[in-house]
Amino acid sequence: MVVRAEALLQKIQKEQEEKLLSIQVPKTIDVAIDAGNLLACDSNPIDTKQLRSDKENYLKNLAREGTQLLFNEIWKLPIERVQDAVIAKVPSPTTVIPREKPIPKAKPPTKWEEYAKLKGIRKLKKGRMVWDDESKSWKPRWGYNRANDDTKEWVLEVPANADPNEDQFEKKLKEKKERVAKNELQRLRNVARRTGKKVPGVGRTAVGQEKQSKLELEAAFHVSKQATASLGRFQETLKGEKNVKKRGQKRKFEAVTQKGNTEKEKQLSILNQMYKKSPQLNLTKAVNKEIQDGHSVKFVIFNVCSKAGVQRRAKSMFNLFVTIFLSG
Amino acid sequence: IGAMENEIVKPRSQRHRRVLKARAPKIHENDKKTMFVRGGNTSDVVTNVLKEMYMLKKPDALLLRKRNIARPFEDQTTLEFLSKMNDCSLFMFGSHSKKRPNNLVLGRFFDNQTLDMIEVGVDVFQSLRDVKTSKCPLATKPCLVFSGSLFESDDELRKVKNILIDFFRGPVVENIRLSGLEHVMQFTAEDGKIFLRSYRVLLKKSGSRTPRVEIENMGPNLDLTIRRTHFASDDLFKKACKQPRAAKPRKVKNISSDVFGAKKGRIHMTSQDLKNLQLRKVKALKRKPDASKCNKNKGKKTKEKKQK
Repeated sequence: MVVRAEALLQKIQKEQEEKLLSIQVPKTIDVAIDAGNLLACDSNPIDTKQLRSDKENYLKNLAREGTQLLFNEIWKLPIERVQDAVIAKVPSPTTVIPREKPIPKAKPPTKWEEYAKLKGIRKLKKGRMVWDDESKSWKPRWGYNRANDDTKEWVLEVPANADPNEDQFEKKLKEKKERVAKNELQRLRNVARRTGKKVPGVGRTAVGQEKQSKLELEAAFHVSKQATASLGRFQETLKGEKNVKKRGQKRKFEAVTQKGNTEKEKQLSILNQMYKKSPQLNLTKAVNKEIQDGHSVKFVIFNVCSKAGVQRRAKSMFNLFVTIFLSG
Repeated sequence: IGAMENEIVKPRSQRHRRVLKARAPKIHENDKKTMFVRGGNTSDVVTNVLKEMYMLKKPDALLLRKRNIARPFEDQTTLEFLSKMNDCSLFMFGSHSKKRPNNLVLGRFFDNQTLDMIEVGVDVFQSLRDVKTSKCPLATKPCLVFSGSLFESDDELRKVKNILIDFFRGPVVENIRLSGLEHVMQFTAEDGKIFLRSYRVLLKKSGSRTPRVEIENMGPNLDLTIRRTHFASDDLFKKACKQPRAAKPRKVKNISSDVFGAKKGRIHMTSQDLKNLQLRKVKALKRKPDASKCNKNKGKKTKEKKQK
């Protein structure tokens, strides 16, 4: 009985050893393993004879050995069990692979941030919704359907010291544009400080305009020359530059006394236009003008509809919708 | 000017802002995207290789629909422009001509500048469809095996190996599912040629916890001949390989784990005079220990600390 048990034990041990051997892979040079990249580098020389005679099987064997050694390493890693799956915690890769983008540089603070730090001004997070007394509801602080919307005012007071012929709505829009432009300039100045380069221009003098024609360059030059406090009056001229006092389109006025019937004809044509029954409306021009002025679309439709004649209404409406659609 | 242009660009919408943020340089980078580009003239073989490699690299890959007439080794501006537009830092460019039949150019970029490129010719190609075996699911991270001493001994091939690892490794992960290790890609270098073989892994029982590995060729299989190479200058490569300090794993001091996996900490104390310990008005001594806390402190001494 004892002898049989011993033989059995020996047999089991032998089987176990064989199974254990199955995961061992003898190699003359150790295979370098990078578990982070799931990489196995076998630097043992290739048997060219075998490669030529039985290529696919030889390569398959090499691959199997490399994979076995890699898996041996991976199975040694610490394990976690997450929802039926067995997960191994993989170390960071050892092979140095180049990055795709440079390392981000720490951003220096903007001019406002420096000032705020100096004064101890902290950023207070404002809530999105604000109570709107007019509609007695909570509305967003900014953006679509905002509370206390002052862009939709239909009445504006004319202040006591203002010119009565001044358009207060135009003034408001202009001020908004100026504020936006100033903000953009400040932003670009911050960018310039950050990158250490000069302020990129805005509009005509913007950086990055690669293929500027001669005319564009000239225009940019003249604009930048005028961009001083004294509107370019005391700017020195460059060598070879002709100092022109007035630039732009010349205003042409007709002579006081004219030959022949020209004045009479002109006056009569004006009267004829005024007495014509069909309206002299250039529809596309009217629509574009309304859109440019920034007035709402509803107003445009109302305005133009009332102007267009009955016969042309259908065609004009179609054109109108097309132009509004295209202009957004 | 490149960095400045990025700053100057004002995002036109929230979506634009998110895209710019995603594409900005970061400490922990995104997974590298690959673009597969067809040149002015391609052969069937080349087109199929591009398509199959694209499938292997999905979803971090882009197969460009249009043809792009470019000569990577003469002028890299087209490819650099495409890489910038598509935010792809790896590329595979396929073309075919009488002088260079079935040509593939593998390459990578750093900061929208060409880093490395290798030009290979496809001698033999067996597609996934040709090899009639079952396949592994898409987007599995492959195990890479490099066979042959040439990958270590030859300078050029060492750089080629780096490019191939970068190209095929997939996203860098912290954890892997052991049953998900199904794909093996093998690269063998011999006599100016590289043999690319793809296998599917079958795990068999072995006596121990670690399984026995059996593999089966699944395709695609490529026999490539190295034609031309363009490697980055040493300083550019060094600059590209520089890792930010923040990305390095922080060393955690004074924490260790024993054989059983229990986490142990070390506290360094000044020497205490046991005769003159502050035992009055010490809240820690007054607190009633909870049931769980009781078990925790079983094997450990309660350290008496001087309360400030």
